[in-house]
Amino acid sequence: MAHAETTPKLYGIMAEFETPDQLLEAARRTREAGYRKFDCYTPFPIHGLTAAMGVKEAKVPWTVFTMGLLGAIGAFSLQAWTNLVDYPLNVAGRDLLSWPYFIPITFEGMVLAAAFGAFFGTHIYNRMLTYYHPVFNVPQFARASSDRFFVCIESQDPNFDRNKVYEFLQSLNPISIAEVPE
Amino acid sequence: MQQTIKAEIKEFPLFEGQQTYERITDQITSIPMERHPMAWTIMFGLGLIGAFALLMALVYLVAVGTGIWGINQPVAWGFAIINFVWWIGIGHAGTLISAILLLLRQTWRMSINRFAEAMTIFAVMCAGIFPLFHTGRPWVAYWLFPIPNWLAMWPQFRSPLEWDVWAVSTYFTVSVLFWYMGLIPDLAKMRDRAKSQISRVLNGIFALGWRNSAIHWMRWEQAYLLLAGLSTPLVLSVHSIVSLDFAISIVPGWHVTIFPPYFVAGAIFSGFAMVLTLVIPFRILYPKLKDYITMNHIDWMAKVMLATGWIVFYGYLCEMFFGWYSGNQFEQFLVVNRFFGPYWAAYWALIFCNGIVPQLLWSPKIRQNLLVLFIISIIVNIGMWFERFVIVVMSLHRDFTPSAWGMYTPTINDWWLYLGTIGFFIMMMFVFARFIPMLAVAELKELWYKLYHGHNGHGGAHAHESKPTAPVPQGGGQ
Repeated sequence: MAHAETTPKLYGIMAEFETPDQLLEAARRTREAGYRKFDCYTPFPIHGLTAAMGVKEAKVPWTVFTMGLLGAIGAFSLQAWTNLVDYPLNVAGRDLLSWPYFIPITFEGMVLAAAFGAFFGTHIYNRMLTYYHPVFNVPQFARASSDRFFVCIESQDPNFDRNKVYEFLQSLNPISIAEVPE
Repeated sequence: MQQTIKAEIKEFPLFEGQQTYERITDQITSIPMERHPMAWTIMFGLGLIGAFALLMALVYLVAVGTGIWGINQPVAWGFAIINFVWWIGIGHAGTLISAILLLLRQTWRMSINRFAEAMTIFAVMCAGIFPLFHTGRPWVAYWLFPIPNWLAMWPQFRSPLEWDVWAVSTYFTVSVLFWYMGLIPDLAKMRDRAKSQISRVLNGIFALGWRNSAIHWMRWEQAYLLLAGLSTPLVLSVHSIVSLDFAISIVPGWHVTIFPPYFVAGAIFSGFAMVLTLVIPFRILYPKLKDYITMNHIDWMAKVMLATGWIVFYGYLCEMFFGWYSGNQFEQFLVVNRFFGPYWAAYWALIFCNGIVPQLLWSPKIRQNLLVLFIISIIVNIGMWFERFVIVVMSLHRDFTPSAWGMYTPTINDWWLYLGTIGFFIMMMFVFARFIPMLAVAELKELWYKLYHGHNGHGGAHAHESKPTAPVPQGGGQ
């Protein structure tokens, strides 16, 4: 992050709304106003919010798919390799590669790896475990996990201009507007 | 579609009382922060005693060996396997509620999924103890995993017992991940509302820095749905594989193709019984839950129990039919032996508990009577235990040659261990109630928003927020 001259440094400006519908409208209008670096904060997932924000992403599903595939291949290869290469055991001439018997563990390996992909993928992309975040500096933000809905336009947005953003957010009729110090 | 759902919701509300987003958060997250009822202390204490009994039973077992159990030849699979299957089955209802009902868009699951998933995790912990110690040498249990070792030995990947190791350990891991995934946003709610510093810090640590960002929610939802999609075939595979432990052998009564679906249905049946056994007293202990786990929820759970009970009963009928139709004297003898053999009482107890008693649930009055429902759920739990007893012991004690016949009597050590796991389970459920929001707050709020404030305007007769300010936006189809 570049060192800005302003003191204190500004992470962004945040507006607070009372209902999800107001927030959906605000997100749509923020997007239409040309802002790109902004995020919404809601107590629960709101259907259509990311669409209104213009965010589209399928990293998590692809991670899960890839991990599942690797898990299945890994589990099958493990069984095939131990039975064919590492310790082949001739039991009355039966097939060493008795693949139907390998299916259950292949399946479990797939599910296990895919589930790890889903869990850790989500949290890595979300950069979880960052316990400090500027948005927490706003006192009313504690209600983002209860009953308030926020939109925060970040100072890194190329169109960010303190006064203009302030005016724009004012036009959305929020309950409150707050500056978010870095 | 949306309209019919709304009409149904009006008739069978999923929430009671005047709700707001704040009130939902407040009611559920306040439970762990408040003083707990006396009954909590008593139940936790009882559970703790049970957990100590479990610990002592295990210490004694490891010191002396599995000879302290009633197992013998021919009945080498006694209580250990009965209880293992019983506990695993109980766990399955949690996954059914959290995953399968999510995929089927059953909105009533939101009130009970967190609770049922916790039950799953603790039940699987109890289940895991039995096969682990039944191996006789639990300290070399790592031989079950494909870890290179100085014996140059690999597990037998073609054996259902090895599949079981993979299935159960995967099931446990995925259940924990799924549960924790759903919990993170709620722990953030606890963090934001915590009154004490310790609670704020601890909840904050486990919330991993969750800040309710819309983009995070999007990924969270994607992952949550995918985990549900993964858990659904997983839960079916787990009990199918458990049943293959039996079905792949040629023991009379075990060598049946109906075993996988029959086991899965039995698992869901017993699991719903356990959910009711837990939910009914918890609702009384924590009256705040009554607004979310309504009588409608209880009614639906009872109906699921009735339906799965019939599938299980169909399984019993099929077993009789297969025995007769096989034309195999050992199979035919087994059926007769179940009816009139030395363990006849266990078989008829099973038919009574799982076949006859659940028929009471046809009556809407009984489905609304918590006391009767509670007793029925306990009877079903007992019945499902007898089912596993019938499967394990009855098939083994009379196998092919009469000279190899024997009898199985559990010893005091068997009972001690079994009751110990029940104590441990109770203790864990009460610890859960003490520290963790018992219902999925975020999901409940999302549901409430969808039902009463969705794009089709306002519907709820019960719950209604005062300020419908903004015009309905046509935000996103997706």
